Amino acid sequence: MSAVQTAERQSTGGRLYWAVADCWTIVRRDLTHLAKQPSLIAWQLGFPIVSVLLFVYVFGSAMDVGKGVDYKDYAMPGMFAMTMAFGFMNTAMTVVVDKERGVTDRFRSMPMAPSAVVTGRGVSDVLHAALDLAVLAAIALVVGWRSDGDLLATLWAFALLLWLRFSLIWVGVLLGLLAKNQEAAGNLFAVAFPFGMVSSVFTPPSEMPDWLGTIAMWNPVSATANAVRELYGNPLPTGGSWIEQHSDVMAVVWPLALTAVFLPLAVRRFQRLSR
Amino acid sequence: MPAPPLDQCSVVAEGLRKTYGDKHALDGLDLAVPRGTVFGLLGPNGAGKTTAVRALTTLVRLDGGRATVGGHDVSRAPRAVRSRIGLTGQHAAVDQILTARQNLEMFGRLFHLGAHRARRRAAELLDQFGLTEAADKQPQGFSGGMRRRLDLASSMILAPEVLFLDEPTTGLDPRGRSEVWDAVRGLAQQGTTVILTTHYLDEADKLSDRIAVIDRGRNVTEDTPAGLKRAIGGDRIEVVAAEARDLPAVAAAVARAAAEGAEPETDAAGLRVHAPVAERVPALTAVARRLQDEGVAVADIGLRRPTLDEVFLALTGSRTESRESTEQQESTEHTEVTV
Repeated sequence: MSAVQTAERQSTGGRLYWAVADCWTIVRRDLTHLAKQPSLIAWQLGFPIVSVLLFVYVFGSAMDVGKGVDYKDYAMPGMFAMTMAFGFMNTAMTVVVDKERGVTDRFRSMPMAPSAVVTGRGVSDVLHAALDLAVLAAIALVVGWRSDGDLLATLWAFALLLWLRFSLIWVGVLLGLLAKNQEAAGNLFAVAFPFGMVSSVFTPPSEMPDWLGTIAMWNPVSATANAVRELYGNPLPTGGSWIEQHSDVMAVVWPLALTAVFLPLAVRRFQRLSR
Repeated sequence: MPAPPLDQCSVVAEGLRKTYGDKHALDGLDLAVPRGTVFGLLGPNGAGKTTAVRALTTLVRLDGGRATVGGHDVSRAPRAVRSRIGLTGQHAAVDQILTARQNLEMFGRLFHLGAHRARRRAAELLDQFGLTEAADKQPQGFSGGMRRRLDLASSMILAPEVLFLDEPTTGLDPRGRSEVWDAVRGLAQQGTTVILTTHYLDEADKLSDRIAVIDRGRNVTEDTPAGLKRAIGGDRIEVVAAEARDLPAVAAAVARAAAEGAEPETDAAGLRVHAPVAERVPALTAVARRLQDEGVAVADIGLRRPTLDEVFLALTGSRTESRESTEQQESTEHTEVTV
């Protein structure tokens, strides 16, 4: 057997170099998964796509979100936001599969940068989400949705959507580490469903009972959905509450707050694997 | 057996302690594993085998005691330890979607070999573990033995000083087991120190130079496989009488074939007589012939080796069953296996 040695650099610069290099190796792994299983995207987009068809074509004619408003112009940006919100389940599932199969332990027993397991997850999930969004936007264009905003506004809207997804990665990592097995992670849908639905995604909160409407208004998903509606020049929910009027700010603040809370929790949970 | 000199040991553990809630997974475990040997850690479910491996491979922090692996302290220099060990856990910890080659290249990169050397090392390992033909296929289509070999290959990227194998053949069919055994023997011959946990007595017997029996996180005994078997008592002959009145005749026949100084034991309720024997087949033939000559009908006659339960009964005075597993990772299956 040939003698194999690592050229381990122990300086701070070396550590940083390997933290980035190892992160990239993990990202490459996830990109290879996507390339080998394009159907993965189809599965994960199955729910939003079916929702588009259901809400726009089945319920659409019965949905009244304001005078003269085409429902699909209201629902599409909501759909984008909902897909980003549900993305944390994909994160949780990936984390739990690696944990169950012992892959996480293998990584932890190797001299790689420990941070790369978490940062690699973050980067590849954002790339994955960008791909999801591109597919969804293409479908939206096919059914007749348009952004009336200029290029910059439209791009900023997509950036805000990814920002929401990014902040929820840490929720996904945390839940994936807490979940006992894949079945338990699958049950997260019971949490994700109301989180995605009790929002301005499909209906304006002002149309809901007061208490539910308030929850829906303050849902981070609503902030992002409304902010991107505004940027796309799509119709907004009619309510005039403070939170609805400041959705452009809240679409930045909410994910920032979620990251501030859940990133440290996820990292701590990861470190506590050694308990 | 005298303890090996510590400066010739790849792994030294002193008084390891690890507590989960009020359960002591490790309760003062000591180990000294001479460099270049295969060391078996044998014990029932919940004995602390997995926790010991996880502590020595830096996966869990110790609550007490100290351990060095490859000359480095697991608590103070985990990174140095990690670049000197390989770990094959209870699950084949390989990516199911990447091909075998892509798996090895990824692990090579994560061991910081660089892209070029990672590629070369992957090709070497595929060859060494007989996986070249399957190199560009996904492990999800592999047999259990193949997947384990890929798992082993992934642990061998850096040609580690110490290789930890945590129940490497659990869930494999006999062919898969012998594939893995061959691979482990090959690695040991090349000078890798191997620490193997198992609850299969025959696996420890076939592979290990020395075996430590542990229970409840503590050392019970440590010896060579031959020494351990002597202590346990080896093979037994067992005859089940067809009727209770035949029991004395059966006992007499068994007594004649029993090993020197051994008395047959009679289990009247089960119509069963058993005794340790020195020579397996001659003893069996002698008893069978004698009973036939005397016209005594028997329900069953056979040779058997002590089960793991009996080993632990003999060594610890406690049974392996009806004990709660204190280890999260331990296999829940209780497998009865013979020496």
